[in-house]
Amino acid sequence: MLAVEGVSKRFGGLMAVDSATLSLQPGGIIGLIGPNGAGKTTLFSMISGFVAPTEGRIRFEGADITAEEPHRRAERGIGRTFQIVQPFAGLTVCENIAVGAYLRHAKRSDATAKARDVARRVGLDAELDRPAGGLTVAGRKRLELARALATEPKLLLLDEVLAGLNPSEIRDIIPVIRGIRDEGVTILMIEHVMQAVMNLCERVYVLAQGRMIAEGPPAVVCADTRVIEAYLGHGAAARLRAEGAVHG
Amino acid sequence: MTARDLIPIAVLTILAALLPLAVTSSPVLNFLVFMLIVALGAQGWNILGGFGGQFSFGHAAFFGTGAYVTAILQLRYGVNAWAGLVLATAAGAAVGWVIGFLSFRSGLRGSYFALVTLAFAEVLRILANAASFTGGAAGLLIKLDVRAANLQFADRAVFYWLVLALVAAVLLLTRWIQRSRFGAQLVAVRENEDAAKALGVNSLTVKLRAIALSGGVTALSGCLYAQYFLYIDANIAYGSWISVELLLAPIIGGVGTVFGPVVGALTLHGLGEVAKQFAGRIPGIDLIVFGGVLVLAVAFARGGILGLLERLRDRGRGVMARGSKEVSHAGR
Repeated sequence: MLAVEGVSKRFGGLMAVDSATLSLQPGGIIGLIGPNGAGKTTLFSMISGFVAPTEGRIRFEGADITAEEPHRRAERGIGRTFQIVQPFAGLTVCENIAVGAYLRHAKRSDATAKARDVARRVGLDAELDRPAGGLTVAGRKRLELARALATEPKLLLLDEVLAGLNPSEIRDIIPVIRGIRDEGVTILMIEHVMQAVMNLCERVYVLAQGRMIAEGPPAVVCADTRVIEAYLGHGAAARLRAEGAVHG
Repeated sequence: MTARDLIPIAVLTILAALLPLAVTSSPVLNFLVFMLIVALGAQGWNILGGFGGQFSFGHAAFFGTGAYVTAILQLRYGVNAWAGLVLATAAGAAVGWVIGFLSFRSGLRGSYFALVTLAFAEVLRILANAASFTGGAAGLLIKLDVRAANLQFADRAVFYWLVLALVAAVLLLTRWIQRSRFGAQLVAVRENEDAAKALGVNSLTVKLRAIALSGGVTALSGCLYAQYFLYIDANIAYGSWISVELLLAPIIGGVGTVFGPVVGALTLHGLGEVAKQFAGRIPGIDLIVFGGVLVLAVAFARGGILGLLERLRDRGRGVMARGSKEVSHAGR
């Protein structure tokens, strides 16, 4: 469904993403993890069209979308949330979600109905008429999710929707994300909360210093020497194994 | 749109239409017509600036285009004044689209966009002042020939009703925008352009539509100005005074609201007239009042007069709600 082929992004002297390749089949939740500054958000921005890659191509359902504007990609069915939440602060929650719903529903009544439906699914139905600027952090994260969902995406890119939430809020939102997957939306998520990654993702990609260094089921990837070293530094994997042997 | 959307517009229009039956003095009617023309132009500004968040400092570019197009069509080509009205509006929309295309395509936002619009208006002013086609510095005088076919009426009240009808039509247009997909997308672009794009909003198209509509409405007001006062020159039609008037009225009245521009124009010109009555010997006293009102609005009434009223109403409701809660607690 989505194929990222050898995509690179250079910011001046910095290679933010270095020929990253990734391919998604329809269905399921796929994780994208990696240490801070690995280039995860840049890769997301290239998939959603906000940043043009320096090299490589991006295909969605067979079509080359490398040069397409973000709104065209949204029409094709790529939805995204922002790591730093971007609510339309002056509008109510319902109006915020309706902007997304208007993509596929031209009539106000249809768009509003869709917005209410989505709000219920993400647990925002009690806040519909509140100004978006007055929501809590958890509320804003749900709003990001709701707006993206209202565009009825086939592929949903979630950029750290769990960051900044407390454990009970995370526990509340995980079933929501599962519910979205169960309705047939493919999810690609950047996440630092490893417990959630292990819990939700069928497969993860690991990005470190702009390169894709590993790919596979979360349990396998987390035991991968390169992945451990990317997070903890060179030699860490061997040290951990030695310690494990002593304690074992 | 529902009946609730339409009734306030209808009621206010009917009330305003009854005014000339009570007031027949021509200075007062002159004042009312001028104020409504400013209100109409300000409604145009409000579509782009209020709903779209793209603050233009150069709406004179559209006002002047409307005035000049109708004047030149009548004087040089003998076009009927009513047709001139339509063509002037179309010309304003076209100028809006071109200015929008040039500035939005290059990603100008905020103060940069404001400065570019100011520059366009100034360029047009200087060109109109220099070219003989536009009458140069001497300006253009539309021939006095009082006939309804020429859009000139013996009774000032008729012109008042005409302008009022157009103001009401734009109130309806604005209400429709507010309730439509286009309006939702326009407001989304104002609030956060990147987030809007991610939700599938083609922000360039949306902004271009807004500036074309805005330019058309403001050109219509310029055309009416030329038709009522029958004389324009570059400093009237493309002067920065009108750019300032057109953005001041919505800011005072309530930016991004349906009635804001009309309320703002009424307040500003009402206060200006009152000040002139009391201190007519001081030249420019009305401008001092404008400045004072602007300072007050920015300092104490973000969201303008309508925003202030809404906040007061909400506070009133809040007090009542709290009151009734206490009562129900006491009841238990």
